[in-house]
Amino acid sequence: MSGKFIHYFDLLDVYVRSSVDVAAFGFPSPQLRFFSLRANMLFFSYFKDLVGREVTVELKNDLAIRGTLHSVDQYLNIKLENTRVVDQDKYPHMLSVRNCFIRGSVVRYVQLPPEGVDIELLHDATRREARGG
Amino acid sequence: MSWAGPEDIYLSTSLASYLDKKLLVLLRDGRKLMGTLRSFDQFANAVLEGACERVIVGDLYCDIPLGLYVIRGENVVLIGELDLEREELPEHMTRVSTAEIKRAQKVEREASDLKGTMRKRMEFLDFD
Repeated sequence: MSGKFIHYFDLLDVYVRSSVDVAAFGFPSPQLRFFSLRANMLFFSYFKDLVGREVTVELKNDLAIRGTLHSVDQYLNIKLENTRVVDQDKYPHMLSVRNCFIRGSVVRYVQLPPEGVDIELLHDATRREARGG
Repeated sequence: MSWAGPEDIYLSTSLASYLDKKLLVLLRDGRKLMGTLRSFDQFANAVLEGACERVIVGDLYCDIPLGLYVIRGENVVLIGELDLEREELPEHMTRVSTAEIKRAQKVEREASDLKGTMRKRMEFLDFD
């Protein structure tokens, strides 16, 4: 448990450091900027850990797509591989789509494999965030 | 979706790996555009060459040619790589002319409008 915990924070710190110059200028105050960055980074690093797993992404237009998580970025845009639409008959145009890019802003839910969720880990990470690292 | 070097475009979330490929772009209003991706940026603004809109009404479909399209990123829902090996649409669907699909679209719209007004009139019955 503790081994995995450290692993998560290493991840988080690396991402924060590497993307500060890229992502930072969008936020108003330095404190808010730092906090938002960390708060965003938490889910970013969380999703990064889920790469390679099978997930179902439900979009705001009710389209649900199942596929292997290929990659995620700081906007939580998602790339899926070997996709199939859950309700195939309703969306025939999606039949020939194998790989796709989903814009983060249109995602409603990401359904994860049960073993992909470590509640305690996330919980701890969130508390640490709230305390300010 | 940051810019990536040539060696890691296939690992990153960037659209770079989709450049010059035939794609299906799903828009927020439900429209489906097909075309070749020529350019993009971090907002998922995209340039599609040889774009056409695929209109599907029931079992009928039609590709309406549009030309070169610049799509504003906020309207993009999904960008899918089209697998050219696979059947594009189920077999029972038939391709029709632009005029025919427009007609079918109109009929469908009128039917749904009618359903809406009927429902409104029956609202006092309070069914659900």
